[in-house]
Amino acid sequence: MQHNVRIGRPYDEPIADSFLQGVKDCVPTLLGYLSIGFAAGAVGYTAGLSIVEVTLMSLLVYAGSAQFIIAGMVAAGGSAMAIILTVFIVNLRHLLLSAALSPYFRRLPAAKAMLIGSLLTDETFGVAIHRGTIRGSLGAKWMNGLNVAAYLNWLLATVAGAFFGKWIEHPQQWGLDFALAAMFIGLLVLQMGSRGKIFKDLFVALTAIAAVCAASLVVSGSLAVIAATVIAASVGAVLDKWK
Amino acid sequence: MEVRWTVLLVIIGASIVTLIPRVLPLMVFSRMKLPEWAMRWLSYVPIAVMAALVGQELLLEDGKPTSFYRSAEFYAAISAIVTAIWTRSLLATVIAGVLSVIALRFLSGWI
Repeated sequence: MQHNVRIGRPYDEPIADSFLQGVKDCVPTLLGYLSIGFAAGAVGYTAGLSIVEVTLMSLLVYAGSAQFIIAGMVAAGGSAMAIILTVFIVNLRHLLLSAALSPYFRRLPAAKAMLIGSLLTDETFGVAIHRGTIRGSLGAKWMNGLNVAAYLNWLLATVAGAFFGKWIEHPQQWGLDFALAAMFIGLLVLQMGSRGKIFKDLFVALTAIAAVCAASLVVSGSLAVIAATVIAASVGAVLDKWK
Repeated sequence: MEVRWTVLLVIIGASIVTLIPRVLPLMVFSRMKLPEWAMRWLSYVPIAVMAALVGQELLLEDGKPTSFYRSAEFYAAISAIVTAIWTRSLLATVIAGVLSVIALRFLSGWI
């Protein structure tokens, strides 16, 4: 089990592109999203959403930051149009993730591409792009396994949060709030370690961090992430071309 | 156990605007060959977006800089980075990060 979960050592044994392998490769991300999902469910419930509404939101919207925003804006009595527009902006970064993943799938039928894309998140993107970088391509079955495991985990976590959230005063206090940051750190480090251009990657990463801090001073957090990504990726592309 | 119409409307609308950016590039770009400059640019997106998310998660709170340096999260982040480099395991990285932050917050309450 432990061996299969390690995604950084791909050459120890041939790993099948199976659905089950995708599920296994999702395991390291479960904790991070379990805690944030629980928090999202609890916040939704506290904001006055019913458990059915929280469940529907996880099933249909399936996006962490968006669900926090919806709960907050519904509670504050925001208009439907304003909420939907905000969610659109917050989730716009998926355009970049979806585009970056596309070269790893060859001649994907439209229906399969739609299924894979509809369950794409930061975490499944991070795991998939790491595997894609090492192996050169990705299988649809593996990707579905990864996506479905993450989706069910999220659904379970948010519903549990809506159910039990009222009894837990400070869900953050057990360090679970750090699980998400640790997961992004892990995905970043593993990705940098597998590409063989560590100095360029390091420079791009530092650019992105500086850019997200600078951009946050003028635009909202989600737009800052998009701006930082565009700036840092451009810096990387120019560095690549130039050297 | 009820679902209000306005909330349902918000959920359906939000799901549509979330779905489109997720599926569109995959549906279009996996069926055609992208020019080399675009591929080169896209190859840096994973590093850029993950670093931006880490930066936002650790250095910012509600868009304002946090006093991250020398905080429990700062040392836990270092522990996570070292674990990631050393083990190359995502699971180990997450566990090391969470355990470190628990231990450090506990200790900082005592010292």
